[in-house]
This record gives sequence, structure tokens and C-alpha cells, in this order.
Amino acid sequence: MTNRATATIHGWLLLLPAMACLALFTHWPAVASFVDSFMSTPRARRPARFVWLDNYEQMLADPIFWKAMANNLWFAMGTIPTSIALALLMAVWVNDRIAGRTLVRMAYFTPTILPMIAVANIWLFFFTPQYGLLEQIVGAFGGRSTNWLGSQDTALYAVTIVAIWKEAGFFMIFYLAALQAIPPSLGEAAAIEGASRWTYFRRIQFPLLMPTTLFVLINAVINAFRMVDHIFVMTRGGPDNATTLLLFYIYQVGFGFWDTAYAAALTCVLLALLALVAFVQYGWLERRTHYR
Amino acid sequence: MSAAPRPQPMAATRPDPYAPKGLSLTLESLGAILLALIWVLPLAYAVWAAIHPAEYTTRFELTAPLTLDNFTRAWAAAPFARYFLNTFILVTMILAFQLVLGTLAAYALARQDFWGRDIAFALILAQLMIMPDALIVENYRTLARVNLIDTIPAIALPYIASAFGIFLLRQTFKTVPKELDDAARVEGASPLQVLMRVYVPLAKPTYIAYGLVSVSYHWNNFLWPLLVTNSVESRPLTVGLQVFSSSDQGIDWAVICAATLMTSAPLLVGFLLFQRQFVQSFMRAGIK
Repeated sequence: MTNRATATIHGWLLLLPAMACLALFTHWPAVASFVDSFMSTPRARRPARFVWLDNYEQMLADPIFWKAMANNLWFAMGTIPTSIALALLMAVWVNDRIAGRTLVRMAYFTPTILPMIAVANIWLFFFTPQYGLLEQIVGAFGGRSTNWLGSQDTALYAVTIVAIWKEAGFFMIFYLAALQAIPPSLGEAAAIEGASRWTYFRRIQFPLLMPTTLFVLINAVINAFRMVDHIFVMTRGGPDNATTLLLFYIYQVGFGFWDTAYAAALTCVLLALLALVAFVQYGWLERRTHYR
Repeated sequence: MSAAPRPQPMAATRPDPYAPKGLSLTLESLGAILLALIWVLPLAYAVWAAIHPAEYTTRFELTAPLTLDNFTRAWAAAPFARYFLNTFILVTMILAFQLVLGTLAAYALARQDFWGRDIAFALILAQLMIMPDALIVENYRTLARVNLIDTIPAIALPYIASAFGIFLLRQTFKTVPKELDDAARVEGASPLQVLMRVYVPLAKPTYIAYGLVSVSYHWNNFLWPLLVTNSVESRPLTVGLQVFSSSDQGIDWAVICAATLMTSAPLLVGFLLFQRQFVQSFMRAGIK
């Protein structure tokens, strides 16, 4: 046997356990979702049959699907820019010699390691009408009583705020690492040229942080489609689907109504969105990002 | 982490001309501390509610009596001891498999040159985008077919091959000098011996970083465990807490806050004790 053939056998033997698991729980279910999205949901005495685009037609006519898509879009637009901007601000602050720097950094990072399902309980109480903490603060300033999670106008904002609170500190540490990697000589040179601090940030620090911003951005986009744990505790998608996000709707359809074929079609939409993110990341953003 | 702590680059020996001084430093500190206070407010509030009697849950008086009653009531109201055990078994099982599978795969990808390697790498990286959460419907059907629903292995299986872990270890193995590898082979070591004696010890910081990230992630994971478990014997803490706090025993916020703190406590205490390792691990895991 040739050397190359031996190496190939060795290589694939080493890969085999991991590849088998990935094939079973990532590749196969992705393909199966696609196939099942063209089938009907199997019922007791009626096996699944090929229905071509029926599930997708049902989706286009489904107001809750469009509501979930719109909610997810607003959720993404609320969480992504705000959490990234806050993360950058936190990192710039913690990078300076401010008072109590270690404690401040710890405070920002703590939400990252807490279970979302647990902190959602605390936030639920925070938003509770009448005797919740927020209500008391608003009341102390003479504001009107609001049912934050029970009103269609405010519920989505409330769950968006919780998501921002959870992920900003996580993104901060990447900015912090990147800020610390900027050579001090750049700051010295800029100071000799008489650049203001804002100019130094805008023209030197911020462009050098672009690879980090890209990395954080991709993570924030994926999180916007993945973070649903707090929905289970705080609103269960309500009131009247005002906080139903795409993944939560997949859960409801797949495990509440047991309509697996329609859930498969919804899964395909989610996978297509994630593929689009990957495509934008590798095909377009990577080429336009300034690398050190 | 390695024996000698890495020097903190921010302790710059040269003065930073843009470091704020005087009034601007004071203002910046105030802003940072204010934001930090807002950030810890939910947690601080949970602590307040948990250690005071229920009538002080929404009344903030410094003289309020302290009590551990809420913790004992929460502990007695649900089988939290079993949930802790389940979560412990779960995160240990996942991490052990992830490390073994990841090490073998990463070694093949980093140091073996063979037919199909690049295709295999691309197939593995696909999992970075298609996270297991998106595939709950099909994965549930797969596990139902083999009768594994409502077992701890069912929670673990979709996660034991981690593209993220394989990628992280591959990058680390690639930085190991080839000379060390060659020298070990000249001594007559088999490929697996080289892996165990040369690569694994040198990648220790990566293993620790990945281990912390993986344990925190799976300790906190909720959606998938919720779907595949329906009994006390298999439920992890997060699902147990949700069942406990949504059951109709009347909303007693003090007890719920105590239960919430209990479930988060091991990670929280670990984080407070090893703050630097946690932050550096998450950082190392993110920056490849």
C-alpha cells in the first residue's frame, strides 16, 4: 500500500467518530428538514406523502409566520447595533484607568455566565405590573402604570432589552482584547500630530477594530435567531404573538401542534437565513474588512 | 492556564497620551460605574429578595431581617438535588466526549495530509452556522426512533461533536513545532503516542479555555433539554427551574429568586473566584 493511502486511512479513522456524530445530528437533519418540507405530516393512519410546495404555500398564507419574521427582524435590529455599541463603550471604559476597573468589568461580564432561563425569572419580576421593580421606579417619578409584558406595544421591547443585557458584556471582552493589542506607538504618533481623542478613536482605533466588529456582528446576528430561552419564561410568545420569534414558532409548531412537516419548512427558512449570513460573511464582508 | 500568568498588555510601561485625566477621568468613571450598577441590578435584586422574608420582596428597608428560609423552601419544593446531579452528569459527559472526539479530529486535520481532508474540514465547519438548536424537530425524530427520549444521553448526543472545539484544537495543534513531532517519531512513537505525549500537553491552555466555555454553555442550555426530557430522572437544572417556577403553586417571588440563585450559584461562584481565567477563556475561544 502506498504512503498516501495509509495516511488517508489513518486520517479518516481519526475523523470517523466526530464525522459520524456530525453526520447524524447536523448534516442528516438539515437534509431531512429539506425533504420533509415537501411532505405532509404523518398522522395515525395516514403516512407522509409528497405534497410538493403545500407547506410553503401554507407558510405564505400564515399570518403568525409573517408576524414571527417581523418580530425577529425588529428583535435583530434592536439587539445587534445596541449590544455592539454598548460592548465597544464598555471596552473603551474598562480599558482606561477608571476607578474600580476590575469590579466594573466583572459587573459587565456576569450576565454572560448566568443561565438565561434563570435571569429571565428575575427580569419577569422586574417587569411585573403593579409591584415589579420597574413599576415602582416609574411610580416614584409619578409615571403611569404599564403592563410591560402584557401589552403588544411594549412586550417585544422588554425581551429585546433582556437580550442586550445578556450579550453586551460577552462582546465587550473581544473589543477589550483587540484594544489592548493596538500598539501604543500609534497613540503616541497621533498625539504628536495633535489629533483629538475622538479623531484618534475614529481614524485609528475604530478601523483597527474592524475584524473584531465583524466577528462580534456575526455572533450577534446568529444570537438574534437563537436566543429564545427568555421568551419561554417571560411571555411564551404572547401577548397575541407579539414576541413570537422564528425559532420559538418552530418549537410551537413542531412540539405544540406536532405539525412536523410545517415545522420542517419553517426550519428550512431559518437555515436559509443562517446560510445567507455565512454567505455575506465570507463572500462580501471579509474582503471589505481592514486586517492588521 | 499556564504556570506563569500572561502579562497584562494593558499595564503599559509607556504612558498613553489619550488616557483621560482629571475631570474627564472622573466623568468616565462615573459613567462606567453607573452602567455597571444597572448591569448588576437584576442580580442584586434577586439576592435581596432571596435573603429576606417575602413581605420585604418589594419593600426596601435596611432593617429588614435576614433569612435563609427561602432557600430551604425552594430546596424542599422540588427535587433540586437530583437536577444538580443530572446537570453535573450531563456537562461532564458532553465535555468528555467533545474532548476525545475533538482531539482526534483536530489532530487529523492539523497534521495529517490525506485525501478528502479539506472536504471533511468544510463539512465540520458547517456546524458553526447550522447550530443544533435550529434542527430540534429532526433531531427529536432521530432520538425518538432509537428510544432515547427522556434520557441524559439524548440531551448530550447532538452536542458531542463540536465544530467549534475541533476548530479551536486544530488551530492550536498547528502551532506545535513540527520538529517535536518528528523527534518523537524518530524515537519510535506511534501517531497516537505522539498525539498524547506531544500535542495534548502543549494544548493545555486551549483545553481549559474550551472546557470552561463548554461547561458554562451546557449548564445554561435550555431549549433542547426541555424538549427531550419529561421526568425528574433526566431533567437538568435549567428545565427543573422552569418547571418549578411555572407550576401553579402561587407566585412566591422570594422562593423563585432563591431557586434562581441556587441554579446559577456554581457557575457564579466559579466565575467570581477565577474571574481572569473565565474572561481569558472566553476571549481565547473567540479569537482564533
